[in-house]
Amino acid sequence: MSRMPTVAALVGNPNAGKSALFNALTGARQKIANYPGVTVERKAGRLLLPSGEPVELVDLPGSYGLDSTSPDEEVTRKVIMGEQAGQAKPDVIVLVLDSSNLEQHLVFAQEVLELGRPTVVALNMVDLAERDGLVLDPAALQTALGVPVIPTVAVRRRGLTELAAAIAEARDRSESAQPVSRPHVTLPERRMLAHQMASGAILSETAKHRIHARMDKVLLHPWAGPPILFAFLFIVFQAVFSWATPFADAIDGGVSALGDLAKATIPPSLLRDLLTDGVIAGVGSVLVFLPQIIILFFFILTMEATGYMARAAFLMDRMMAGVGLSGRSFIPLLSSFACAIPGIMATRSITDPKDRLTTILIAPMMTCSARLPVYAVIIAAFIPNNRVGPGIGLQGLVLFCLYVAGIVGAMLVALVLRRSVTKGAASGFIMELPKYQLPTVKDLALGLWQRAWIFLRRAGTMIFTVTIALWILLNFPRAEPGQDQINASVAGTLANGLSVVLEPIGFNRDMSLAIIPAMAAREVAVSSLATTYAVSASDDEDQAAVALGDQLKSRWTLPMALAFLAWFVFAPQCLSTIAVARRETNGWKWPSFMLAYLFALAYAAAGITYWTAIAAGLG
Amino acid sequence: MTLDQLPIGTPARIASVDWSALVAEEAQRLRALGLDEGARVTLAYRGVFAGRDPLAVEIGRMTVAIRRVHAMAMTVEPVAQAVA
Repeated sequence: MSRMPTVAALVGNPNAGKSALFNALTGARQKIANYPGVTVERKAGRLLLPSGEPVELVDLPGSYGLDSTSPDEEVTRKVIMGEQAGQAKPDVIVLVLDSSNLEQHLVFAQEVLELGRPTVVALNMVDLAERDGLVLDPAALQTALGVPVIPTVAVRRRGLTELAAAIAEARDRSESAQPVSRPHVTLPERRMLAHQMASGAILSETAKHRIHARMDKVLLHPWAGPPILFAFLFIVFQAVFSWATPFADAIDGGVSALGDLAKATIPPSLLRDLLTDGVIAGVGSVLVFLPQIIILFFFILTMEATGYMARAAFLMDRMMAGVGLSGRSFIPLLSSFACAIPGIMATRSITDPKDRLTTILIAPMMTCSARLPVYAVIIAAFIPNNRVGPGIGLQGLVLFCLYVAGIVGAMLVALVLRRSVTKGAASGFIMELPKYQLPTVKDLALGLWQRAWIFLRRAGTMIFTVTIALWILLNFPRAEPGQDQINASVAGTLANGLSVVLEPIGFNRDMSLAIIPAMAAREVAVSSLATTYAVSASDDEDQAAVALGDQLKSRWTLPMALAFLAWFVFAPQCLSTIAVARRETNGWKWPSFMLAYLFALAYAAAGITYWTAIAAGLG
Repeated sequence: MTLDQLPIGTPARIASVDWSALVAEEAQRLRALGLDEGARVTLAYRGVFAGRDPLAVEIGRMTVAIRRVHAMAMTVEPVAQAVA
């Protein structure tokens, strides 16, 4: 008998532990893509039934009801109804309920059950409910709901086999008989029934969420909360810079060794130069930043997994309200510190359209990890590694200031935008604060691996291609004897043209040259500088193998370096961000606006920085 | 008394909600979270900055953050502490 592979969908309220359950059921065999036409992430994986038969499991966005109020919830509704393009109608619905929040989650559960689809309920996180002093009776709930109820603990892999068996059974049963649906009732009735069912399923109940409340007492404390958050964020940024150093040095050493090996084994030729100056120097200089990116994502993923991210949003809401945004914008903006692309995509949880648009427009000003390579190289070359206080280095402090500059700039722009182009009804802030949870090593590792892989793939494909293209543009046409190779090249000619515009803000030819390919991705600026100086160094054998930092120090002044940093705080140098902004705003209007105002800001900031530094005598 | 005036930690029942004072989508969102007439709520936290905004409201075993404007639309009446 042949049939289409069975499709099962995970459905539930936000914070029901769906993602952890999804990871536990499918392991690392996951495919992440987008639903066609919308930018909602589609997460699918393979689950094995007890018979060994594979089932496609889809993790749907968390939802409070089938009356969608956000694009995320809209996808959930459409998939359940079988109306979503690119997604087969699920054969079985797996309703995920948080055991310690039954009364609330049973409201949406009833709405789904009214559809009369084959359904299995996963009574998730029963261990946390027990920790909170709740003892549940799954059998009573099963009787009340009329569908199988399986207690699960995703993180400890409890109940997973039983759940898989129940999915198989529900699928087989639906082929022989039509499942009965619950009668349609109104929301207040549903809520009353949820209350009855929850009380009926709770065997005993002692003190209410104690650990949770005790942690909030400190972390949401009106006076203690904000300093704790800022201290934590400061530690994150210091860690990104200092913890990564040994790993980055090791990668750097490996890349240099590889370059030397290639130089020693391959006879001198243009092809060897392409390999050493182009590929190894270019891609290697970006690869060095993998440790920093992993550390930053480690903190962001941990904040999300523990539930602290929502508290951060709560604490930040008042400040965000000051510029016309809400605490909800804090999460996309914080994600943008890793990368503006997931940040802009995370704005989909913001329900107010004007609020969301403003957040998209300012997200590129958050210092993303692609800027770190640029900042790190320039700071290491020009800022002395002095201590300015206990545990605070001058280099870390400068980095912190660059982050602050981006944040302040973004807030000022938001303030202006909300009073002009994105004016609208005052945005609100309504958000569930999930329970605190210990993150599981496996889920964290999986998330980190997915982020690291995206970065490596970029380094391996786009950055690789751009670096080679730049190398070719730098080496052709070949210079006449006695002529500078870069000035003779195509890239040099382009950069000399651009220099006319950028000279007033202190940029030399090499800097203008670096920002052209950096339109593809900011970190390419570093590999371009590395390639440029490797090309010009090979003209002059004495200078060969001089580190990029020393090259910069001998060719740039401090005001030039600072202007370059200021430029990168604002410049929208990332094609992927522009592409994702176009997709999220459905057109070129807002991305064009974003490009224009960010370049204008970058030009002004670099110019002001350069001339202030000159006036202060730093040159 | 409206929800924003409720002393922290005092259990109360939402007696009525002036839905017309709220944006339609936000009203729907609040209802989906269970913040509706008849719900039992406790005010858990207030923000520290100007206006003591936002508010964290406990409803059942869930904590929900809302703005003061939302709380001002909700009339509450304190209820006697349930005997444990």
